[in-house]
Amino acid sequence: MELLHFILLGVFVLSTIVGYFLIKNVPSLLHTPLMSGMNALSGITLIGALVAFAISYRDIGWLSSIAGGLAVVVATINVVGGFGVTHRMLNMFRKKDEKHD
Amino acid sequence: MTKLMLLSISDNLYYVIAGVLSLAVLFGIHLMSQVKTAKTGNILSAVALLAGVVVTLIRYDILPIWVLYVGVAIGAAIGLWISIKVKIIEMPQLIALLNGLGGLASFIVGGYALLGIGSDQQVFSLLVAMLAVIIGALTFSGSMVAAGKLHRVITQKPIVIKFHQSVTRILIALLAIGFIYPALTTAGLTVVLVITIVVAFLFGILFTIRIGGADMPIAISLLNSLSGVAAAISGLAIGDPLLVAVGGIVGASGLLLTQIMCKAMNRKLIEILLGKTTVQKTEKVKTEKQVVEEEVEEDEADENTPYLDVIKNAKDIIIVPGYGMAVAQAQHLVKQLADTLKKQGATVRFAIHPVAGRMPGHMNVLLAEADVDYDDLYEMDDLNDEFKNIDLAIVIGANDVVNSAARNQEDTPIYGMPILNVDEAKEVFIFNYDLNPGYSGVDNPLYKRKKGVHMFLGNALETLQKLADEMK
Repeated sequence: MELLHFILLGVFVLSTIVGYFLIKNVPSLLHTPLMSGMNALSGITLIGALVAFAISYRDIGWLSSIAGGLAVVVATINVVGGFGVTHRMLNMFRKKDEKHD
Repeated sequence: MTKLMLLSISDNLYYVIAGVLSLAVLFGIHLMSQVKTAKTGNILSAVALLAGVVVTLIRYDILPIWVLYVGVAIGAAIGLWISIKVKIIEMPQLIALLNGLGGLASFIVGGYALLGIGSDQQVFSLLVAMLAVIIGALTFSGSMVAAGKLHRVITQKPIVIKFHQSVTRILIALLAIGFIYPALTTAGLTVVLVITIVVAFLFGILFTIRIGGADMPIAISLLNSLSGVAAAISGLAIGDPLLVAVGGIVGASGLLLTQIMCKAMNRKLIEILLGKTTVQKTEKVKTEKQVVEEEVEEDEADENTPYLDVIKNAKDIIIVPGYGMAVAQAQHLVKQLADTLKKQGATVRFAIHPVAGRMPGHMNVLLAEADVDYDDLYEMDDLNDEFKNIDLAIVIGANDVVNSAARNQEDTPIYGMPILNVDEAKEVFIFNYDLNPGYSGVDNPLYKRKKGVHMFLGNALETLQKLADEMK
């Protein structure tokens, strides 16, 4: 293992711990939007998908890039659908006095 | 030559950018802790993710590869369409579905990394790539099964196959072999990869198929966590700190929700993983008794204050919604009822059990959709001491979460689960479809109580409407 690998593992541990304590503050009222928002964030794997798709397409050929293309499509659905639906749900949380804006 | 020596300035720059974007995501989550700022938080996270994508395209010099945009455009169009078209009632299955797609993408990325695309082919990278494949693939198949169950394409009852436990163990052993394999040799790696994917698929299916409907909040949270972990591990495989950080955050979030759900059901995560669901032998034995009770119930009501008098004079009311409200889609009528009661001068609060429904926060979203002021929505612990002081508790489609058997009947599967103290209220209205016990199969002693309990059986849409008409 190299330094980079250790750093990455450290990043993983650190982000998990910091995330855990930040998320603890989210009230159960917002747990569904939180979950769908997190869901959208798990689509960050889109970055990996783009790289895999592009490199296989460019360097090897289109046949090898089919799975990568699929990954790009589904990861984007995950991201856009996730953030979109979270936004829609959060829009529904209103107080009375805000209703007739 | 090691990767570290190859670190160019642009790599270092990328690490800085990844750090900044990760902090932006964390700040976005911080904003999610309040309703007022939550929308900003969500947008901030989305922008950070978009920035990550753009930076990656530049970093790998793949900006001009046009097919990428075709893929993104297709995905974005479908994603947008889903987010606009989906009904709020379908949210649990949508979340499960999206979870699965995240898992699918992560396992494909892991697969490419394993075969040397996007990774440095060192043992560490190969191992984590294989792990990303395994976790991503089982998240995918598991989420699809969960989505199917929630959409009622697959039965909500737990399905157990012959030798479920043994088969699961064999699959775990195979997955362990698949995981270690790249450390031993790279010969035949493609074959091993394919076999491992199939085994992981099977494992995901077997794991989720025996989880019952009421345990879904736990399953969904856990799959949510796994989709994050899969992303983080695929990030380890391709050496991308942004993926690792954001995936780790999602993993932590899902884990936290899983813990909260388990606590709210008094279940141990390991029991769920091993397939011990709440449905147990009690189910059959109890159903016979109900037939008798049903008849008794109607006569008893006479001794009580007529329910119209109760509801018209009640000043302090707590409404307890449950999964039944979601099934009947009665949230709008519930909101109307609350409005009517408020016009009478009553205080109306909603008490929400953490596991009411099929996902964390399910009831809150439904009531928000019906335009209920979120200040009226309370967590279980905030209101549980109040039930004894209020004039009326109205239960709508909730069962196990108000079942006092959880307090004292040690032999029942729900024993020890924290419940809403509806039974302490002087008067209780129960809008349930029938007198059958809830998901757990445990009878609710409340149904037998004669004093102050009014049952409104049938479709909540009809019973609530009827009550509303009568109150006019």
